[in-house]
Amino acid sequence: MTIGTIEAVGPELVRGRGGGGPASTRTVVAYGFWIFILSDITMFSALFAAYAVLSGRTAGGPTAGELINLSHVFLETMCLLVSSYTCGLGALSAERRQRDRFLAFAALTFMLGAAFLFIEIWDFAAMVRMGAGPSRSAFLSAFFALVGMHGAHVTSGLVWLVYMAAQAAAKGLRPRVLRRLLCFSLFWHALDIVWVGVLTLVYLIGAR
Amino acid sequence: MDGDDRLYDRTPGVEDEEPTANFLSYTTGFGLAVLLTIASFVVAQTDLLWAPGVAVGLVVLAFAQIGVHLVFFLHIGTGPDHTNNIVALAFGLLIVLLVIGGSCWIIANLNANMMPM
Repeated sequence: MTIGTIEAVGPELVRGRGGGGPASTRTVVAYGFWIFILSDITMFSALFAAYAVLSGRTAGGPTAGELINLSHVFLETMCLLVSSYTCGLGALSAERRQRDRFLAFAALTFMLGAAFLFIEIWDFAAMVRMGAGPSRSAFLSAFFALVGMHGAHVTSGLVWLVYMAAQAAAKGLRPRVLRRLLCFSLFWHALDIVWVGVLTLVYLIGAR
Repeated sequence: MDGDDRLYDRTPGVEDEEPTANFLSYTTGFGLAVLLTIASFVVAQTDLLWAPGVAVGLVVLAFAQIGVHLVFFLHIGTGPDHTNNIVALAFGLLIVLLVIGGSCWIIANLNANMMPM
């Protein structure tokens, strides 16, 4: 290293504080996307607050305990968790430039995410058919807004994943594609964190 | 650029370690996450915990689960090269707690002051 400050104050003090010059594009891109994820989670916090406030306002309609099927929820949770794991392993393969392994893990991640969505939409359809749609009560409006928003994020994640797999196949795992892939895996793991909140507040505490 | 990586800011979502350590971290995180998920379902569906404490127990398990995800999947650590990521996370957490806690507080207060119907 040729930068004077490092010799002057020691490498520990300049690490993460601009030591060694401007950060790499990869660091800047991922940091920017990290800020987006945090603002997305802030948006979710408003929906969580609405659900927490309205969860008891059933207007004589069905309550959370009557509607929730915990075995479906357990399957959904496991789908998301395993898909987070395969997404991580896929990112690892991509970093090592193993394109076929990456595509295999991407396909696995896609199938698990699609299975999650299938179960969720199945349950939503069953609820609407039995007259427990979003217009039934304030509780159900907040429920469909919160859980549906998470589902919409998973849907957009699946579209993004197809797009990333196509880029990896067509362009190869060049740095620009790897940076987009890094943003995708941050997004996918963050969705799992939001699901932990949904699972705990809506399903596990709500079903009691 | 790759001469001394540790002098640069650390990227969220990336661990600049040995590839095997990386595989290990995903697998450890996955194992812990599965254990915590099963623990949440057990606590919610059995009488293992004192009934009024179940909600608190579930919230504690959820925070542990979020911590596992942050550390093992998003690779957010405590080193000085993580400072920017942690500061952003802390600010996000502050806003989330203000929005959720503040809403619950205000609405509970309004409910308590409602005229009986």
